[in-house]
Amino acid sequence: MFIDVKGQPLYCYTAGKALDTAKPTVIMVHGVLNDHSVWILQSRYLANHGWNVLAIDLPGHCRSAGTPPASVEEAADFIVALMDAAGLARAALVGHSLGSLIVLEAASRVPERISRLVLVGVAAPMRVSAALLEASLNAPMKALEMVNVFSRSTLAPPPSALGPGTWIYGASMALGRRVLASNTQYNLFHRGFQACDSYQGATVAIERVSCPTLFLLGSVDQMTPPRAAQDLIDRARQAEVVMLPGGHHQMNETPEEMLSALTTFLKPELKG
Amino acid sequence: MSGYPDPGFDTLALHAGAAPDPATGARAVPIHLSTSFVFESSDHAAALFNLERAGHVYSRISNPTNAVLEQRVSALEGGIGAISTASGQAALHLSVATLMGAGSHIVASTALYGGSQNLLHYTMRRFGIDTTFVQPGDIDAWRAAVRPNTRLFFGETVGNPGLDVLDIATVSAIAHEAGVPLLVDSTLTSPWLIKPFEHGADLVYHSATKFLSGHGTVIGGIVVDGGSFDWDRSGKFPELSAAYEGFHNMVFSEESTVGAFLLRARREGLRDFGACLSPHSAWLILQGIETLGLRMERHMRNTEKVVEFLSRQAFVGRVGHPLLDSHPSHALAQRLLPRGAGSVFSFDLKGNRAQGKKFVESLKIFSHLANVGDCRSLVIHPASTTHFRMSDEALAGAGIGQGTIRLSIGLEDADDLIDDLKRALKAAEKAA
Repeated sequence: MFIDVKGQPLYCYTAGKALDTAKPTVIMVHGVLNDHSVWILQSRYLANHGWNVLAIDLPGHCRSAGTPPASVEEAADFIVALMDAAGLARAALVGHSLGSLIVLEAASRVPERISRLVLVGVAAPMRVSAALLEASLNAPMKALEMVNVFSRSTLAPPPSALGPGTWIYGASMALGRRVLASNTQYNLFHRGFQACDSYQGATVAIERVSCPTLFLLGSVDQMTPPRAAQDLIDRARQAEVVMLPGGHHQMNETPEEMLSALTTFLKPELKG
Repeated sequence: MSGYPDPGFDTLALHAGAAPDPATGARAVPIHLSTSFVFESSDHAAALFNLERAGHVYSRISNPTNAVLEQRVSALEGGIGAISTASGQAALHLSVATLMGAGSHIVASTALYGGSQNLLHYTMRRFGIDTTFVQPGDIDAWRAAVRPNTRLFFGETVGNPGLDVLDIATVSAIAHEAGVPLLVDSTLTSPWLIKPFEHGADLVYHSATKFLSGHGTVIGGIVVDGGSFDWDRSGKFPELSAAYEGFHNMVFSEESTVGAFLLRARREGLRDFGACLSPHSAWLILQGIETLGLRMERHMRNTEKVVEFLSRQAFVGRVGHPLLDSHPSHALAQRLLPRGAGSVFSFDLKGNRAQGKKFVESLKIFSHLANVGDCRSLVIHPASTTHFRMSDEALAGAGIGQGTIRLSIGLEDADDLIDDLKRALKAAEKAA
């Protein structure tokens, strides 16, 4: 469905379901050069197990109109505006990579409205090397390959997003190319990486978050190594950590382990 | 191991999709000869059926051994995923049936495998899907053949049996202008010679019976999605971009930005048409793929020697291999297929039908049969076998003469192959 946010239609995947205000809501935010479809398994499962799901395409990405956010702070404003536009007094937030910084910052702005926070593949700071930043601007296909290589941990991923027979690294490359091509005005790759690299607010933000926070980290993640999340874990008021046996493709390399951790952590909200 | 560098072709051919079996430690890919797979709970079952969790339910839809094959061929082709099928023909049918229904239209190359030509020219017409055939090198004809109801362009990397090289980049550009994808049959080249996605193809399929398995032991097919075609933007594929009542009103292109074709092909095509691959066959194909690079290199080396030999024989007319300057696709092949344009090619004897028959029957190492891409060298007379249903006019359109001989060069010692050909040519010449 599309929800009008700040005057622009924002695409939200809901697994084909209408928003039901009687149910708790989870908002899912993707990372750089991704879109809602990186959550295909998790979002569809939650939507069929008691949750309203809003898995968004960030503004200016794929199906969503508008200007792509230039910073984590700008994107976080958008998440809060989405909650207002959808009439959500409260929601759980889930974000991956850049999306994890966005939901962290959003949760710090309206802590009383966030029921649960899930940070997947998070790092603070989330520095991007000068070489990768430069490549994302001038040689995006090369940069996409670099990111894909850094992100994977196996040549034999389990059945995943499109079902058995999916080569998730090829799918990741294809999605990156598609997202990049979806906006001819802005280089979404470079803009996203700049937002990651320049965000300084994570340590302050995590201390403002009042809800339970789940850190879902890939044990051999080279993009956002687990050690890079330790400071946030130490500062969080109610931190839970689950180490997933994979790399930065957490949703696809370790879909079953991720779903188990996610549903266990979110379950108390269904009872409330 | 963390952070694999981009593995090379041979590494992927051995490792993509498979790791040691966690339950038994088996290093080779196990053959999962099980029709069905146990659910952990009723909720697990429901989630699998509803695409909320990934896993295997029933081997018509997916199987762990087949999934390794699908991942491996996807990795080698540079695709996003694949679906293995009972044969190459089943892969072609699955592709067509997923993308269109009655009232649709296909633009296809004239230079096709006889079975593909039959499917499109006769059988699909019976189901209301019409095909216009165009010479693969006639770029204007591809463009002119487009109709409002066109849903697919289709050709072979090197057209059977004349080896007309398809200018994939140019033909795919025309297809994309028309808002439709290009499907390429890459059976005769395999991903070792060309990766059609890198040139603009959207879907690729193989008769895995041929070079992928490579040993003449198994029938199988596979279709790979490059994830490049934007079904929503095209607006011509409600099968993928509108709610499908047959599967929980799922909008496949909304579910997956790049994988809508595979979602529908598996959830509808395998489910309903049921042309699935046996896990045992999948294993045989995997076994073949493990040595694909080594075999293709030898196929190409032997082919060069045989082509060079034949091109010097007085009793031989045309030798239809793009290695030769005289071949109409020579320049294109040099550009698109620098490692070689395949080991299946045809040549014409300067003799009558009886001499052609004598030639085939005099060969001792080459086997006279209806297959290509075996590790053993093969020979056939297309006009009386693979293409026998085609009229003389249609045969000529596909570049096949009455005396054309097709060879599939295997992995034997090249000197022995040349001696065999030399002996048969002499026998045929004397039979005049």
